[in-house]
Amino acid sequence: MKTLAELAAIRERMQNNVIVREGTASTRVVVGMATCGIAAGARPVLSAFVEGVEKAGLLDKVTVTQTGCIGICQYEPVVEVYEEGKEKVTYVKVDAAKAAEIVEKHLKGGSVVTEYTIGAIK
Amino acid sequence: MIRSHVLICGGTGCTSSGSVKILDAMNAELAAKGLADEIKVVGTGCFGLCALGPIMIVYPEGTFYSCVKVEDVPEIVEEHFLKGRPVERLIYHETKSEDLHHATSLSETSFYKKQKRVALRNCGVINPENIDEYIAMDGYQALGKVLTEMTPDDVIQTILDSGLRGRGGGGFPTGLKWKFASGNRGNVVKYVACNADEGDPGAFMDRSILEGDPHAVIEAMAIAAYAIGANEGYVYVRAEYPIAIHRLEIAIKQAREYGLLGKDIFGTGFDFDMFIRFGAGAFVCGEETALMTSIEGNRGEPRPRPPFPAVKGLFGQPTVLNNVETYANIPQIILNGADWFKSMGTEKSKGTKVFALGGKITNTGLVEVPMGTTLREVIEEIGGGIPNGKTFKAAQTGGPSGGCIPASLIDTPIDYDNLIAIGSMMGSGGLIVMDEDTCMVDLARFFLDFTVDESCGKCTPCRVGTRRLLEILDKIISGNGEMEDLDRLEELSNYIKSASLCGLGQTAPNPVLSTLRYFRDEYVAHIVDKKCPAGVCKSLLQYKIIEDKCKGCTACARKCPVGAISGTVKNPHTIDTVKCIKCGACIATCKFNAIIKE
Repeated sequence: MKTLAELAAIRERMQNNVIVREGTASTRVVVGMATCGIAAGARPVLSAFVEGVEKAGLLDKVTVTQTGCIGICQYEPVVEVYEEGKEKVTYVKVDAAKAAEIVEKHLKGGSVVTEYTIGAIK
Repeated sequence: MIRSHVLICGGTGCTSSGSVKILDAMNAELAAKGLADEIKVVGTGCFGLCALGPIMIVYPEGTFYSCVKVEDVPEIVEEHFLKGRPVERLIYHETKSEDLHHATSLSETSFYKKQKRVALRNCGVINPENIDEYIAMDGYQALGKVLTEMTPDDVIQTILDSGLRGRGGGGFPTGLKWKFASGNRGNVVKYVACNADEGDPGAFMDRSILEGDPHAVIEAMAIAAYAIGANEGYVYVRAEYPIAIHRLEIAIKQAREYGLLGKDIFGTGFDFDMFIRFGAGAFVCGEETALMTSIEGNRGEPRPRPPFPAVKGLFGQPTVLNNVETYANIPQIILNGADWFKSMGTEKSKGTKVFALGGKITNTGLVEVPMGTTLREVIEEIGGGIPNGKTFKAAQTGGPSGGCIPASLIDTPIDYDNLIAIGSMMGSGGLIVMDEDTCMVDLARFFLDFTVDESCGKCTPCRVGTRRLLEILDKIISGNGEMEDLDRLEELSNYIKSASLCGLGQTAPNPVLSTLRYFRDEYVAHIVDKKCPAGVCKSLLQYKIIEDKCKGCTACARKCPVGAISGTVKNPHTIDTVKCIKCGACIATCKFNAIIKE
């Protein structure tokens, strides 16, 4: 390395790798990963969120984590989005494509994708 | 695609309680469950809460697992990582919240709440064996700033303005030290050196910084070298610190590969490289002149000062020698400015200080607090108080060179000058807490025993004087002391302090003087009453059976290794004090609390 720019490039690249440890994120995406969720395909959904959040450059604002059975197994994969100071949003029957859309519209754009929420299904 | 990080402490404390095995087991278990691509396991430096090790933190949830065992690993993987249910029984109770998926922040717990981590900021946060993680935490930015935007004099002025004082014990202003060594740049060969010969019993902050954030020391030494005009650095680290040495070696290698050590750093024409030298474990080699002569390959003995190292140091050339913790503060001061650093601490002691909490305290471990924090806050709030319902008696700061602080002074704000005013010293930051069961005469004897062993023998006051001090203490402890001995202790102590060649001898009598100052009554009890109030000094103790309480169960008589207890079944027993070796086995055996020592 011969320049400060190279140092800055490493810093930029690595900050995404360690930001998860800072606990600065105010939004949590929780994927239901009990047997029912996994059977219904929660794993690719989880991967889609993790990838999507990183691509969208939201690592400092959003964490993706998992939880057990939420209790509505017929609607799995279920994804809940907790935003500070806002009501929880529950998405149901999510797949990887929907996950990408939720990242784009909700997490990045700020508007809930109403048609995938539990309210729309019921 | 990584979604979660598992940080496992790889400091010496957690390593000795098995964290390396846990890390290996975790990697194996994650691979077996097909989670190796999702969850990253990171070995870090010390988190500070050594009492609860091995420690594991899972991000992004921030779940803080304590006292983890290898057997717990499959459960953590199965429950937490696969099913998303944190293992409640392993969560440190202070971080437990209603919602297990969202732990109470560590900074809210009583151990961390009052801490301010500057020197330790990366310990327990990054992988010390990966330079990229250090760079992610603004690593080497300070070096870049110094080399491209600041003149060497600017650097020295910033350190001077910050008010940073040496963290190794003496508390000499770091900027001044640099300034003294800065003359005639470019025409004279100079060196920078790092004192990592941490020898005080109970102090382990320098080790933890080297283990947890070695690049901070490398970066700071390069900055110091630029400031004074040196191109070569040495770290003198004790060979008893294998993990610290290993990580420092890795760090130096990585820094060289990145061109952060070597020729023409950042294309500015500045050359700097550094090397490690091992200390063989002599306490005196923590003294600066002895340390430097040891680096040169000679027997580690001090020499008179002046000339000071800034004039004539390593290999006879001007040298700046700072302690590990001092260096760890430097990059932060450069990046955040002198005013930021000055905003922490007291009038004459700026910034923070790391303390190694040990002895009779609940949260044994490493803490970093702003200067001026009171001893009470450190012991009662951060340290969690004295275990087993005992009361606080005194704290020893500065190890064998320092003194004790009695319970009556527990509200003293800790800084360099306050500690000296009350007869102790900051030292490197060892803080040994003692409860009512500690005998202060025995404590003074313990430290004297250490300094007698560690005196290098070059000057008479230290070599002979400390031995005579120890003999007087032994005499008092064995019950043969006279009141005149107290005057002799004081007189001799003052001679040793004023006549010794180096810091070792000049401070060796401090434990005696400070215990005499605050606990004279205990000395008197040993001499006049022939009693040890804390029940520690064996020669002054007698074991006795209280007749009324003894049921004659014979348990103690059967346990006694020397057959000193006699009596018949169902009748009170007696102890033959001539035969008794005061091992305490009978007290541990008796179910009726019928045996006492007095």
